[in-house]
Amino acid sequence: MTTTLSDRDSPGTLYKGEPVNVEQIYREESGRILATLIRLLGSFDLAEEAMQEAFATAVERWPAQGLPANPRAWLVSTARNKAVDLLRRRARFENKREELQRLDSLREQLVVESQIAHSQVGDSQAADSDQAEDSMLSDDRLRLIFTCCHPALSIEAQVALTLRTLCGLTTEEIAKAFLAPVPTMAQRLVRAKQKIRDAKIPYRIPPREDLPERLSAVMLVVYLVFNEGYNAASGDVLIRRELCAEAIRLGRLICELLPKESEAQGLLALMLLHDSRRDARLAANGEVLLLEEQDRRSWNLEQIAQGIALVESALSSAPVGPYSVQAAIAALHAQASNAEVTDWTQIARLYDVLLRLQPSPVVELNRAVAVAMDEGPAEGLRLLSELEARGELRGYHLLPAAQGDLLRRLERWSEAADAYRRALSLVTNEAERRFLAKRLAEIGLKA
Amino acid sequence: MQYLLLIYTNENNFEKQTEAERGKITGEYMDFTKGIASSGQYKGGNRLDLTSKATTVRVRDGKRLVVDGPFAETKEQLAGYFLVEAKDLDEAIGIAARIPGARFGSIEVRPIVPVNIPSLV
Repeated sequence: MTTTLSDRDSPGTLYKGEPVNVEQIYREESGRILATLIRLLGSFDLAEEAMQEAFATAVERWPAQGLPANPRAWLVSTARNKAVDLLRRRARFENKREELQRLDSLREQLVVESQIAHSQVGDSQAADSDQAEDSMLSDDRLRLIFTCCHPALSIEAQVALTLRTLCGLTTEEIAKAFLAPVPTMAQRLVRAKQKIRDAKIPYRIPPREDLPERLSAVMLVVYLVFNEGYNAASGDVLIRRELCAEAIRLGRLICELLPKESEAQGLLALMLLHDSRRDARLAANGEVLLLEEQDRRSWNLEQIAQGIALVESALSSAPVGPYSVQAAIAALHAQASNAEVTDWTQIARLYDVLLRLQPSPVVELNRAVAVAMDEGPAEGLRLLSELEARGELRGYHLLPAAQGDLLRRLERWSEAADAYRRALSLVTNEAERRFLAKRLAEIGLKA
Repeated sequence: MQYLLLIYTNENNFEKQTEAERGKITGEYMDFTKGIASSGQYKGGNRLDLTSKATTVRVRDGKRLVVDGPFAETKEQLAGYFLVEAKDLDEAIGIAARIPGARFGSIEVRPIVPVNIPSLV
């Protein structure tokens, strides 16, 4: 869709010679535009359809006529006019009352706005209205986030709808990312939109008292999107990378829109710090590399610096939440030049905090590993066997894998080999399976 | 917009309650109902008798089949309902969360489909 502008002169609207990249504008602006259109039109489907038509018109016109001064405003108003046409056509053919009502309210909106526009004379007034317009627009994206991540929708639907509407991914891309058939994903999106419409899930920012609960639902969706991109066992590498990038983009958006929410900063920090190791965690042959085996020179220093700054800010305001604590742990890893000089004492303490905030056997497992690094493998093994005795992690391959690793460090080769065999019987991820098999083979040589 | 709030609770637990406990919950239901009546949200509601007194009717090929018991055997049973007026799902959820039965049972929030039925009166 990239086209170089002609030299035609049309002052004010044309950046001479600059390429008009509608595709890039779509990626950057579609979430915002859709959010505003949903508010103005009161319907997800109508907003999507009208926006697609507006972009189609942009593709036709912009390369020849040049970029409008404010492409976003142009797209919103073009889409709104398209919506009027769409509703008029539908009302004529189907004679639907609902559509006629919507059409009336839309016409009223347009009239009122043009009156406001004409009554504005002074510059200061115009500036005020620009500011009000800006805050209205960023509120629209918050409305959209909270509606897409409403707890009355299934978590799968929340994730799919967020990626479709806020990130502008196609149904096909989302289906591919989650290894689901396209019709299944399309159906999921249709059902979610029907529920929003028919059960009347409101399009608004939740009131103060509901905000903590609703924000944690939003953050869970963002983190699920990130993890799907970061940890998925299989799937297209490019699409997985895209999911991580979108999750980080959403994380930034939430921080920008709700700057006082420190957990949102913690979540963004956590994602940036993990993502900084993305290239280092896979060897050239696709093997997964443990933290201690990674080439730390290929970590992304810019992401680490941003992550650490965010962690510091998140930890400075109480109450500290689980994402911030996990980010603090990731930051300590990121600051160490190798596994030996990592501050394991501090990491073990942070896991204590995390365990209090979010009691879970998986967190206990991670804590045991940190304690093993701090106080020695024997203490770690003791904690792990307690955990094993409780039986909550039965079937979880990382428990015997951690035991195998500590037994290996103690040179208890045959026990280590047994532990790795147990882990291998439970693992499902192919890259992890290869890693465990490699470890088992190394031990076999020593036993 | 109207929503039907269906109250599901375990009947066995109800039968185990003492008179005093039942009286307390009945009082809570009275207070709750008064509250939503004064706010204009109450459109109707009833407590249902036990499922042991339910009868299920079907008509197949013009033949009437009548059997003892509820439509489905479930761990929690439909015990009552409220019909409420709310501006959106969040408001309906807010009302549902205040129903005393929400603390020990579950409330299903179902939107009413608006249908224009010509007045029969």
